[in-house]
Amino acid sequence: MTVAVAAHGGELRGRQPRGVRQGGEGSGSMSEQMVSREVVVGIRQGLHARPADLLAREARKWQSRIELSNAAQRVDGKSILELLTLAAEAGTRLVVEVTGPDAREALEAIGGLFDSNFNEQPDES
Amino acid sequence: MKFSDFVAVDAIRSHIDADSKEGVIREMAQSLVDAGSIAAGDLDGIVKAIMKREDLGSTGIGRGVAVPHTKHPSVRRLVGTVAVSHDGVDFKSLDGEPVQLFFLLVSPPDRPGDHLRALENISRQLRDDSFCKQLKSAKGPLEIQHLLEEADSHGVAS
Repeated sequence: MTVAVAAHGGELRGRQPRGVRQGGEGSGSMSEQMVSREVVVGIRQGLHARPADLLAREARKWQSRIELSNAAQRVDGKSILELLTLAAEAGTRLVVEVTGPDAREALEAIGGLFDSNFNEQPDES
Repeated sequence: MKFSDFVAVDAIRSHIDADSKEGVIREMAQSLVDAGSIAAGDLDGIVKAIMKREDLGSTGIGRGVAVPHTKHPSVRRLVGTVAVSHDGVDFKSLDGEPVQLFFLLVSPPDRPGDHLRALENISRQLRDDSFCKQLKSAKGPLEIQHLLEEADSHGVAS
């Protein structure tokens, strides 16, 4: 679908067993770390097109695989289209899971977007 | 939410002529006026509001699809329409691709949930590549209408 997806060589929606990803030999294991945290959608309008766009743009800056999930599904954080299918209304809790060489920094950046309410002004849509 | 819950079938356009972002938005808003979904007197205000929203960030969501939208106090329920540009229009989308398929939405200011569910429906259905391609290559508005109805009846309604 996109260059960004292809460059990471993989089926972003696929789920590998964690043991495989975390495994690795010697120093190699340091390059594939998985971190996650819960975020809450604080935007009054929910995770609509503009925050989804900001989120996907931020996610694409990082090499790591970035996935968001709610109770029903797990989606690719680098795709606006996928993010919008969450239909996450205000107050929804989501889990952000990041896997890859820059996972910690990426999670901090993504979490920061939620923590700052995507800089949303009350009257923007 | 289904397409039939918000798409004004009389406003569907399968060959849009405009080659600019504002031109597309104006042509689609005009089609909603012609279909009786919005008042002629609100046309300019709605086009201006949608363009203002585009300034905050493109609604081009990838795969040659854009969802220009706004809230507007003149509508009592979510109204929308679908249009196709065969040449494609530069919409400054995240993936840089020109946009051929447009879903324009106008929603009442107090119904953010409806807007979110319409976006969810559009993005979920468009994950299906063949559906996306069929819409873009539809020969007429009726074909688009039938494709949307088919998606409504097969999809998971929410």
